[in-house]
Amino acid sequence: MAAPQISEDVLLHRASPKLEEEKTCFECKDLSLYYGSAQALKEINMLVPEKRVTAFIGPSGCGKSTLLRCMNRMNDLIDIVRLEGELMLYGKDINKKSVNVAELRRKVGMVFQKPNPFPKTVYENVAYGLRLQGVNKKRVLDERVEWALKGAALWDEVKDRLQDNALGLSGGQQQRLVIARAIAIQPEVILLDEPASALDPISTLKIEELIIQLKANYTVVIVTHNMQQAARVSDYTAFMYLGELVEFGATDQLFTNPAEKQTEDYITGRYG
Amino acid sequence: MSARTNQSSFKSFMSSGQPWVWMNGGAVAISMIMVAGLLLLIAMRGLGHFWPKTVYEIEYDNGTRMVQIVGERVETEEVPRKRIVESGIKIDSDADMVERSLIKVGIREVLGVDFMLTVAPNEKSVSVPEDVLVLERTQWGNFYGFLTGVKESGQPVDVAKASLWEEMQFRLHRVKELRERIEGIEKIKIGAINFQLEKLRLKKRGLELKSVTERKPYAQIEAREDQYTRDYEILKEELDNLYRDIARDSITARVMTGDEVEIKLANVVKAYRPNAMSLGEKIVFYIKTFWGFVADDPREANTEGGIFPAIFGTVVMVLLMSIIVTPFGVVAAIYLREYARQGLITRLVRISVNNLAGVPSIVYGVFGLGFFVYVVGGTIDELFYREALPSPTFGSGGVLWASLTLALLTVPVVIVATEEGLSRIPRSIREGSLALGATKAETLWRTVLPMASPAMMTGLILAVARAAGEVAPLMLVGAVKLAPSLPIDANAPFVHLERKFMHLGFHIYDVGFQSPNVEAARPLVYATALILVAVIVILNISAIYIRNHLREKYRNLEEH
Repeated sequence: MAAPQISEDVLLHRASPKLEEEKTCFECKDLSLYYGSAQALKEINMLVPEKRVTAFIGPSGCGKSTLLRCMNRMNDLIDIVRLEGELMLYGKDINKKSVNVAELRRKVGMVFQKPNPFPKTVYENVAYGLRLQGVNKKRVLDERVEWALKGAALWDEVKDRLQDNALGLSGGQQQRLVIARAIAIQPEVILLDEPASALDPISTLKIEELIIQLKANYTVVIVTHNMQQAARVSDYTAFMYLGELVEFGATDQLFTNPAEKQTEDYITGRYG
Repeated sequence: MSARTNQSSFKSFMSSGQPWVWMNGGAVAISMIMVAGLLLLIAMRGLGHFWPKTVYEIEYDNGTRMVQIVGERVETEEVPRKRIVESGIKIDSDADMVERSLIKVGIREVLGVDFMLTVAPNEKSVSVPEDVLVLERTQWGNFYGFLTGVKESGQPVDVAKASLWEEMQFRLHRVKELRERIEGIEKIKIGAINFQLEKLRLKKRGLELKSVTERKPYAQIEAREDQYTRDYEILKEELDNLYRDIARDSITARVMTGDEVEIKLANVVKAYRPNAMSLGEKIVFYIKTFWGFVADDPREANTEGGIFPAIFGTVVMVLLMSIIVTPFGVVAAIYLREYARQGLITRLVRISVNNLAGVPSIVYGVFGLGFFVYVVGGTIDELFYREALPSPTFGSGGVLWASLTLALLTVPVVIVATEEGLSRIPRSIREGSLALGATKAETLWRTVLPMASPAMMTGLILAVARAAGEVAPLMLVGAVKLAPSLPIDANAPFVHLERKFMHLGFHIYDVGFQSPNVEAARPLVYATALILVAVIVILNISAIYIRNHLREKYRNLEEH
């Protein structure tokens, strides 16, 4: 079976951006992370530009997911994790004690590798984050749920089954539902942790098109082990290896003319 | 060569896993047979009791003279002749084994015994008289005899012998209606007045304790007391009239000794002629009797009548226990699993909790008595029920303390099951909720706990099964042989948690081992056991129904 292709005009979205001209969303300064005594991230320094798609690539265990999970402090859930350095969101260190984690996560939404809808109706899944914020008016909820489902390109498929259990949806629909759930609370950043790795090619294609659409309104950070995917959807790509950031730059440049030997070896498939 | 083939085929049989399958299957089969056998035994012995049994008239040679025996054949067994002869009974037979029967003859007031033993060779003639009359009475046990007359106010009523039975039925019907009215007045109306009078007495005593000297509040209470006393006088008079009415009719009947006895219809609960009944009538009779057993109050030191208060007490206690144990167990499990730092201490706590389930239940009873009843109950009495002292209100066993004691007994089960359920919620679901800006508490409350609710129900099901069958601790903390009133009734505040209650398990023990007439009460023990099993099954089935409903709702656990 031939791999499905993203249409030409979608691919034309990129106009060879320049990193210096972008506004900064996230900024890592000497960010190191330890699991107990094992160091998982080694002094990472990088910028994540606003309203662009930034991809993290690298072989398994290189720390790309760990770095992503730092951005909404998901690593807090693991007792033995220790952080050094700074991670700034619009210039503010998110690891400060004064930062309200729940509020941070409202601003920085996340979508996981495996679709994880709650065992509730489609409607309630999307409304979950809104209800948490105390939105309970039916009219407001209806509006936002529809808006979010449209934003996740799922509305047409589920508009007649909003009250069905979300677990009855297909894997690809579930993943888009989870994205709808994330954008329903209008975050500033959306983190995607290998969002298509558990999906079939058609669903993958839909998710990729959606990611490209999302960057109009959100900063998107995506972790993927699929280099073609990174090349297709991202504006900037970071290549990581063994906890270190090897190279970071515009996607076109990184894939066509990598500055580092390691990057070249990886993208040409010599290891990884 | 052939030996080797045999050996290798045996080896291959062993390694094929077949023996294990057979062994496991066998173990399951044995368990099933034991459970089914137990239920069958209880059901047969218990349910058979309500069937109207044939009454025999036996001409019996008791060794010295011929006597007449009228009664039901309860049990028949084969006994060596020698043994009976050695005990001094002459037998007209040479057989090695003779049949011995236990005959229920009733009429304790005449014979002094309920049962007689007969040996088959000495039964000279056995007949089944159509017109033999069986009466279930409020005292002296069953009556077996032959109706000879009906009396009204001591004077014989002039009816043909053939229509005596109809005449008696007619009068019995009237007595039944009167009895219902008497019970209505005694139990409900006078009961309510007594309840109110007691409340007023305590109120007055409370005023005295507070050394209120003003006359007015006392006068108010006394006025109300007078009102209730006047109401009582009126009811008393009505009751006296009813008692006079109900005592009007009586019957005369001939019993097996040939004597004629007079029986007041007021003492007759039920009259029937089993030998004249058709199968249809017997079935109707059976259903009515069984219903009476389930729905009536016990009589004659629990050996007759129904077990309704025990069923009610058991259900109330179990429900109350469920209400107490679920939140406690769930909260403890949430803390242990979600908040407590996992380490040596949590592990110790877990081991202790698991071991609590193995402590003998009587220990819980002693603890309940010492702590709940004496310390907590005593303190409550001291603080809030001073006016009733020295008679205790909460300071003696009651349904609340029994429920609390059993909740303590079953809380480990709920904790373990809930923890198990919490640990099975996939991490991804929690992360999904947290990533949407939920706090840990919000995640727990909105997502994790609903998903773990089937596991909590499983814990509750196990807890109910354990608690409903428990007897030993209840004896110490509130279960009694006969409770004068139910823990829930029509007198405000309707739920009386301090009251003592009856319990099916304790009832079985009491009827089976503590009753003055063990032989007569034995079928009731089986029947009560059957009802207890049925109550537990019904409670469990409703819990399982709720659990399946919840599972259906949160079924993704199996898919992840």
